[in-house]
Amino acid sequence: MKYQYFPGCSLKGTGRAYEESFLAVFGALNIEVKELEDWNCCGATAYMSVDEAKSYALAGRILAIAARGEGDVIAPCNACYLVLNKTMKTLKEQPELRARVSRALEAAGLEYIDTVKVRHPLDVLVNDIGVDELKKRVKKPVAGLKVASYYGCQMVRPYATFDDQHNPMTMDRIIAASGAECVDWPLKTHCCGGSLTGTVPDAGLRMAYIILKEAKRRGAQAIVTPCPLCQFNLDGYQDQIARKFERVDIPVLYFTQVLGLAMGLGASELGLGRGIISAESILAGR
Amino acid sequence: MPLERKVKYESECDKGFADWVASQPGCENLRGCIQCGTCSAACPLALYMDYTPRRIINLARAGFKKEVLSSFTIWLCASCYACRTECSKDIHVTDVMYLLKRRAIEEGVYPRRFPTPVLAREFSRMIFTFGRINETFLVADLFLRTNWFRFLSMIGLGLNLMRTGRMTYLPDSIKGRAELRKVLTALDSDKQKEAVK
Repeated sequence: MKYQYFPGCSLKGTGRAYEESFLAVFGALNIEVKELEDWNCCGATAYMSVDEAKSYALAGRILAIAARGEGDVIAPCNACYLVLNKTMKTLKEQPELRARVSRALEAAGLEYIDTVKVRHPLDVLVNDIGVDELKKRVKKPVAGLKVASYYGCQMVRPYATFDDQHNPMTMDRIIAASGAECVDWPLKTHCCGGSLTGTVPDAGLRMAYIILKEAKRRGAQAIVTPCPLCQFNLDGYQDQIARKFERVDIPVLYFTQVLGLAMGLGASELGLGRGIISAESILAGR
Repeated sequence: MPLERKVKYESECDKGFADWVASQPGCENLRGCIQCGTCSAACPLALYMDYTPRRIINLARAGFKKEVLSSFTIWLCASCYACRTECSKDIHVTDVMYLLKRRAIEEGVYPRRFPTPVLAREFSRMIFTFGRINETFLVADLFLRTNWFRFLSMIGLGLNLMRTGRMTYLPDSIKGRAELRKVLTALDSDKQKEAVK
């Protein structure tokens, strides 16, 4: 199986542990993943607030690059995943806008092509590889670890077709295959605060705090997420949250780190030292 | 205390703005909103908003231009799409918020020094320059522009990112910068042509 990989800016920056663990896990599964050449930023939520057509054109350039290669595109970042799928869907529904975006791309010798499939790694792991196959690859189950499975908002809402919008389960199944246990909790797709943690901390930090507190209250030893912004907000702002509300102190991992550990990959290979809240307590003895 | 009428008369609405909202792609069914308030109930940020999402929809379709464009609400929307997912009338509330944000930036009426619109603007500038976003530079730039005090409170986070090897010291740049700029500026001239028509 061959895939193309669209990292997006976060996986090269603050979310590099996600890239490390994603590539390590896919490598160990012998899945070929080729990074898109000279990809640009998807525009995320910020560009859509400034200019709609330009925002779609940014995604259009990424899709044009992907169309030159082979295989579905894997976008591990929830925001990138949403933006690329949103672009294809909206431009199908709005031919006038599509024509404008196409003209702009043509001005630079590019073509708007929406034939590629943009997929989330959870989708690929569960539906292409299969949970049974993943179980076979588990060498060192992370038994006894209780985690809160936290998907964030933009993976399932509103364009995902591979998981349920209210109670997604793909990551829970991968976590279970890894030998860990998911606590029952109601905030799986609650918003982490997005960029508001930085811009409007009164509101944003409270959103992150709610998630941290609830995960801890339900007995989770760690939060597991498939999104770099969720990881950044929940992990990076715990000091500020401690000053504003109370100290929660809970590590926030990527699901690829948990799966990688279970597959016997090394902690440094998986970027497990990159958590601001150290994951050492849960790694001890594994 | 001077008395102030808190409810507007219909004659004070901006009919042109109401027509503009109704004519925007994706807003065709705004008239179908039954004002049930499910969007406001689903919104995790509604408790901070000056107008709840339900009220924004109602004000926008009625033409209360000043109220919606200068509201904090549109800049508090984090685009989590909870409202849209729960809407029984399939109204794309999140996209209406985006539409209003763009119009507010265009008209320059967003709340002064409120960091969210500044972030959006600097974000788009950074893409035009480099093609990619460097989170560290973006955040530093944002706080130097809006809130020095907040910049200081972020130093701890910056040190933590350095300690864990998550800080980026040089802006990442794409090779096809000229190509990307051609695409973006083509849309500017396209927009001007539309405006002339």
